[in-house]
Amino acid sequence: MSSAPGPTPDHDVGEDAEVVLSVRDLDVSFGTKRGRASVVRGIDYDLHRGETLAIVGESGSGKSVSTLALTKLIPIPPGRVTGTAHLGATDLIALSEEELVRVRGQRIGFVFQDPMTSLNPVHTIGRQLTEGMRHHLGLSEADARDRAVELLAKVGIPSPARRLDDYPHQFSGGMRQRVVIAIGLSCDPEVLIADEATTALDVTTQAQIIDLIAELQADLGMAVVWITHDLGVVAGIADRVLVMYAGEVVEQAEAVTLFARPRHPYTVGLLASLPVLGDTERGDLAAIPGLPPAPTSLPPGCGFHPRCSFRSDERCATERPPLREVAPGHLVRSFYEVPEEQSRRASAAARIEIEPPDVRDEGVA
Amino acid sequence: MGRFVLRRTGQAAVALLGVSIVVFALIHLVPGDPVRTALGTRFDQELYEALIARAGLDQPLLLQYWLWLTSALTGDLGVSFRTGQPVTSALLQRLPATMLLAFAALLVGLLIALPAGILSAVKQGRPVDYAASSFSQIGVSVPDFWFGLLLILVFARTLGWLPPSGYVSPLDDPVEAIRRLILPATTAGVVTGAILTRFVRSSVLEAMGAEHVRLARAKGMPERYVLRHHVLRNAWIPVVTITGLQLATLLGGIVVVEVVFAWPGIGRLALDAVVRRDYPMLQGAVLLIATGFLLINLLVDLLYARLDPRITAS
Repeated sequence: MSSAPGPTPDHDVGEDAEVVLSVRDLDVSFGTKRGRASVVRGIDYDLHRGETLAIVGESGSGKSVSTLALTKLIPIPPGRVTGTAHLGATDLIALSEEELVRVRGQRIGFVFQDPMTSLNPVHTIGRQLTEGMRHHLGLSEADARDRAVELLAKVGIPSPARRLDDYPHQFSGGMRQRVVIAIGLSCDPEVLIADEATTALDVTTQAQIIDLIAELQADLGMAVVWITHDLGVVAGIADRVLVMYAGEVVEQAEAVTLFARPRHPYTVGLLASLPVLGDTERGDLAAIPGLPPAPTSLPPGCGFHPRCSFRSDERCATERPPLREVAPGHLVRSFYEVPEEQSRRASAAARIEIEPPDVRDEGVA
Repeated sequence: MGRFVLRRTGQAAVALLGVSIVVFALIHLVPGDPVRTALGTRFDQELYEALIARAGLDQPLLLQYWLWLTSALTGDLGVSFRTGQPVTSALLQRLPATMLLAFAALLVGLLIALPAGILSAVKQGRPVDYAASSFSQIGVSVPDFWFGLLLILVFARTLGWLPPSGYVSPLDDPVEAIRRLILPATTAGVVTGAILTRFVRSSVLEAMGAEHVRLARAKGMPERYVLRHHVLRNAWIPVVTITGLQLATLLGGIVVVEVVFAWPGIGRLALDAVVRRDYPMLQGAVLLIATGFLLINLLVDLLYARLDPRITAS
């Protein structure tokens, strides 16, 4: 249960690192009045110890639901989850509600988007921080409070012992998110899921929270899943990126590869739409025209083809493209790859500077 | 906390002064001569003028108000035109019956509304929810005089289980007092319960949708714990407010129920005073009801501050 770093202190994201979470063919759908809405359609990934996986996509792409569904944090029914998700040897999808209660918080920690609403205004933060530990780890109140003080110190809350009996409204947004992170970490989870954890924060606080999670990750050796719509956030922290569109993975690669050489038209479009400070040459931001399809009426072929500006033909409209491995570890769900020159241009325009993971890790540790 | 109490009490006092002006003005603006009405067929000019003078009705209105207010502050609300009885003692005599009925009705209402409201929120869209919503719809639509008469017909006339009407002080005969309380309290309580059920339901639903509830689940807290400590604990805040308002309404206004069940409460006293243009009695009754209303609101606010830490601290 302890997530103390294993024999390899520097976290290694190579093939030999231990897989903590293995998701296969995950499907999530909801029964609605207009038929079943397929929100997540057969996604696969492996998450290794100490790795940061970013799941990127716009609103409604299924990125949040795909992680909430792992521990059935979505209403079931109307929701339905199929496939497998092995956390260690346990298949989460097969677990009962009683068994899942022991996984949530204890083996998988969550940090949600808005720290202004994710803490209960009527309880002290000490209470909200200790209730999970007391329940999962069976700590006494005094022990749980001691550990809560340690956790608050670890996430950078000044004079933590005094702040334990304060209420959430007595903290700023950034400080609240630190408290939420402390809650997420309180039971030493193997996986931390940060669902748009910095979206509601201002830019400087955002950077602090991103750094904090990266530091804690290096320190505790847990795996982190970052869910975000912001490729800029992902660039600095992710080892691997999974781009989702209309419930499917459309592109998956090492972060360095993905940003240097995106191959799916959607990923290229996302990069091209990133605003760049001081860029006066590009003029208007390049938006991707149109809207994502409704999950109740998905197009028969490629989910992206109605909006695809790259190439769209008869085949795209009728046949669902498979996820192909176009280079080692680089998967793309498209019949047509964006050619190298165009792809490099989008990447250069986005001006995302990404250091190779090894260099960055030393900087953090 | 002390300053909060002081501030709210001050506000209540100002509101009460406003109420006293409105009550006084309204009553005196309504056409009709109370003394003439009170004398009826025994009218005699000399007696009439004597009574007018005794009641101070020949004085300027502002002076009348001032005299009434200053003596009201000492607890003297004047003398009934109709019976000659001091208003204060008439009101105090009626107060226990009204309070007993109001609290009993509120208890019935809460016993219905809490389980029904919580259950229908937790089982939203299921048959229980529809059943509770239908009850609530019927409860607010059915006129209370009709429902009261129906209860009398079934439980008093047909089955003969309970007395049809009347009030017995619980100090004199507790068992009989409760037997007589059941029907009127149920009548008023069902309506209250129907109104409260909706508030409890929507309040619990709102609390359930909060992001912090999702985080509590994500923390791995069992569903019962989440419901108790993260949903209901938060849902109480609006429920307390509306319960206080309902109690205030019950204290002041179950006139119809009091009439149907021959219940000697403030509501009936006020009704009689209106019919007979008994100014002092009506002013006294309305002032008492308004005071009760303000007092309950004050208590609710204080309770609110205890339930929601954001209120006093900020």
